[in-house]
Formats: sequence, C-alpha cells, structure tokens
Amino acid sequence: MTRSKRRDAIAGWLLVLPAIVPLVAFTHYPTIATLWASLHGQALHGKPPPFIGLTNYRSMVKDPVFWQALRNNAIYAATVIPVSMALAMVMALAVDAATGARIRGRAMLRLAYFTPTILPMIAIANIWLFFFTPGYGLIDRALAPFGFANWNWLGSTGTALPAMIMVAIWREAAFYMIFYLAALQALPPTLREAAALEGASRFTFFRRVIWPLLTPTTLFVFINVVIDSFRLVDQIIVMTHGGPDNATTILLYYVYEVGFQYWDSGYAAALTVVLLAGLGLVALMQFALLGRRVHYR
Amino acid sequence: MRTRASIVETIGAWLLGLMWILPLLWAAWSALHGPTAGLSFDLFAPLTLHNFVRAWHAAPFAHAMLNTIIVASLALAAQFLLCTPAAFAFARLSFPGRDVLFALVLVQLLISPDVLMIENYRTTASFGLVDSLLGIALPYLGSAFGIFLLRQAFRQVPQELDEAARLEGLGVIRRLWRVYVPLARPTYIAYGLVLVSFHWNNFLWPLIVTNSVATRPLTVELAIFSTPDQGLDWSLVTAATLLSVAPLLIAFLIFQRQFVQSFLRSGVR
Repeated sequence: MTRSKRRDAIAGWLLVLPAIVPLVAFTHYPTIATLWASLHGQALHGKPPPFIGLTNYRSMVKDPVFWQALRNNAIYAATVIPVSMALAMVMALAVDAATGARIRGRAMLRLAYFTPTILPMIAIANIWLFFFTPGYGLIDRALAPFGFANWNWLGSTGTALPAMIMVAIWREAAFYMIFYLAALQALPPTLREAAALEGASRFTFFRRVIWPLLTPTTLFVFINVVIDSFRLVDQIIVMTHGGPDNATTILLYYVYEVGFQYWDSGYAAALTVVLLAGLGLVALMQFALLGRRVHYR
Repeated sequence: MRTRASIVETIGAWLLGLMWILPLLWAAWSALHGPTAGLSFDLFAPLTLHNFVRAWHAAPFAHAMLNTIIVASLALAAQFLLCTPAAFAFARLSFPGRDVLFALVLVQLLISPDVLMIENYRTTASFGLVDSLLGIALPYLGSAFGIFLLRQAFRQVPQELDEAARLEGLGVIRRLWRVYVPLARPTYIAYGLVLVSFHWNNFLWPLIVTNSVATRPLTVELAIFSTPDQGLDWSLVTAATLLSVAPLLIAFLIFQRQFVQSFLRSGVR
C-alpha cells in the first residue's frame, strides 16, 4: 500500500465513522436486538426477561389480531399503492406545462395538489376526523340525498379501514405527484414536436412515449409507496386507535399497541420481525427491479 | 400541439384539485367562524379570529412550537455536521470497506427508526433521555438520506477544482469547507427544507418518547389537544390545527418554488 493510499484509507474511515455510529445505533443494532428480544418473555419483578425460544412466534400464529393486522396491511397496501400512484401521475400530467393540455389556472391547481404534502398527518387526520363525523360531517351531508345521512364511518368495521385508506391516498398522491411532475419536466420537448409531426393523438403520445419514459420514476415511486404502506399509521393512532374491533389495526400500529400500551416487548419484537421481513422483501424486489432496468437513476 | 384542454378534462382536474384543497379550506372556514356558524355553510356568517386566541391559550402551543424548532435544529445541525464528511468520503475517497459501509448506510432508507421503536426506546432510556428534546432527536442524528443526497452533489463537483485545492496544500477538511460545501449549497437548502418539514410532521417517535408538557412537540400536543373530549368543538380544533401548521404553510406559500424544487431535488426522503 502506498503512502497516499494508506492516508486515504485512514481519512476515509475517520470521515465516515462519526456518521455511521448513530445509524448503527438506531438501525442495525436495534434490528439485531429485535431478533434477540423476540426470543424472550416479559421482564417481571426486576429480573431480566427469560429466554423462551419461539414461544412468542407460536402465540403470534394463534393470535387472531396478528392475522387481522396482516390482512389489513395487505388491503391497505393493495389499495393505497395503485390508487395513489395513478392519481399522482394523473395530477402531474394535468399540471405539467408541456404534456398536459392547457388547463385554466394551472398554477393554482398545482398549489392545490401539492399543499397536502407539507401538512402533518396529524393535522390532516384532525380535519378528516370532522369530514367523517356521523350526521353533520361533510361526507354524510354530501351523501345525505342518497340515504347515508347518519353513517358512523370510523365506528363501523366495514368503513373504518376504507376511511383510513382514503386519508393515506390523499396524502401519498399529493406527495408523489411532485416526482412525476419532475420527471415530466425533464422530458425533452423535441419528443412532443416529433409526435406532432407524426400526427400522433395525445393518447398515443402518452402510451408510446410518456409512459415508457416515466418507468424509472414509476419504479422509484412504487418502492417508496410500498415502504410507506408499512409506515403510515399516524392517522390510525389519531382517528381510530386501530378500532373498531381491530378493523384498522395494521402491523406497525399493532407493534405500537403491544409495545407501548400492553408493554409486552418480547411479543412486540416478534411482530417487528415480521414487519422487518416484509421490508426485506421490498428490498429484494427493489434489487430485482433495479437489475433489469438500466435507466433507473 | 398545445391543445386547449377539453371541458371534461378541465372539470376533472379541478374536481381533483378541489378534493385535495377542500380539507384545508374547510379548516380555515371552521376556524374563522363561531362554533355553530362553522358547521353551517352560511356565506354571510360573521368572521372571527377568536378561535385562534382561544386555541392558543387552551394548550401550550407556543412551547410546543419551540420544542419542534429545537428538535428540528438539533437534527439539522447534527446531520449536516455528520453527513458532510461521510458523503465526501463516499464520493471522492477510495478506501477498503467503502462499498460495504455504503450498503450499510443504505439499509436505513428502508428501515426508519420508528419501525424499530421498541429497541430504540430501550436505547434512548439507557441514555436517560426519555422525555427530553435530545431524546426526540436522537434516532435522527444520523441519516442515510443525507449521506446519499450529499454524496450525489459532491460527485458533481469538478475533479479539477479539488486537484487545484489539493495542490495549494489544503487538507481534506479545508477542501471540503472551501470547495465542496459552497458548491453543494442548493442541495443543502433542499435537504434542510425536507428535514425541517419532516420534523415538523414527525409524530410516532415523539409520541412514544415524550410524556410531559415540557417536551412535547407540536404534533403530539395537537393530537392530545384534539382527543374526543375536546374534539366536539371543531372551531377550536381547526384553529389549533391551523396554528400549528401556519409557520410551515406560510413559509411554503412564500417560497413555493424553492420548496417544490427542493422536494424534486431530494429525490428520496
């Protein structure tokens, strides 16, 4: 090793280490600690928690709430992901100057689409809480002519999860619209001119040119919305507390409930392991997608 | 080929826009009216700022806002300080183990600290930092996002500039400070804006780690304020909600372009 190489090596490690320490302390170490803790029971009478092997996992398999949380998570993901992505793309197309047809008040429209992004989920949840209020809430009033005058949206097992999904979509679509807008604005204007010369319809132009060119953005947005679908629980904590009857409990919310309301950290750790496994799958998926798509940024 | 949009498209786009801005408009409507007028949609109902005054005094929002600002500043300062050198090393130095370390960093993009709340709470407790402002900021002192973002920016810096500085005998730290940081300024601004709005909105971790009025940030204070026993007075709740988002919202409206550019530039959160 030459002197300058050795100097680079030492400098490299010295520069990186301070940033790595907090990451390891709050991401890598707790990941491993969670695996370990999931094999332990509850600490009683000040003694350290006893090693109980796979008992937490065995009770998890028998826990109907766990299965419900998993199912809710699946429904949540299966609706929030496609709908918010589609809306994000449609919104971006509508307000993009070059690709969208001219719409009156485009700047205003963009502001309307984007503003939800900077509002805290808690603030969003507060406002939607009113919208869903039975009787005088906005949704009941709007639906009153159709005979839904007094529906308890958040208090009924059939509508509480769809309500949470709506709030999540509302937020996600607004956030990811920006990324589609950025991608659209980066497209060379010559494409549009060429399409015009060919006499391509706007739909053909979208399907043959815009859609394929947006693929990298779509992949990026997809991965992030998938990750978000595991994490968006703020509105559930504020609006339903996972209820009624666990109808809105998704996995991360259940971890929070078991860990910080029942204080059963061993079982909460086992639940977290399932969550981590889910995120691991996302990582694999990302890897596979990245491998095939060359022009992913 | 600048076709004017068809009526259907215009109406559709505006309907979507209305749906997305409606919650905010309604919040403003409700907060500006008395408790009963806020629920009706009488356009001529008298306007009032009284709800804001009531909300401001009903809970320690000023204190909560200060807490939020302190937490965001702590995270901002720590992340700039820690991520800058690391990003430089990843961008411009070659050293054994670099790629492994970088892969380790990227793991955090996938697993955010709130997913690991049980163990992170334990760690925070072992430092004796539960219910402290530093405790709220603690899991956010390092950031894969920051390292990734700055590394991208530093890679755009022309090698020749770096070489020139090196020939003048400047060491790593000075090159970083004199060449790289100034050239990456737009990225720092973008990163800062995203970070501040993240902490302004962060809820789950602060909820877990705080348990007193003294340390609660805005989001937690607001959530506690609008629990059902308070929840019936919608004018009060919406006024409080607007108060707590006001600083960010006003900043956003003034610096709209920069905000949007920042979110674009940041690419990932």
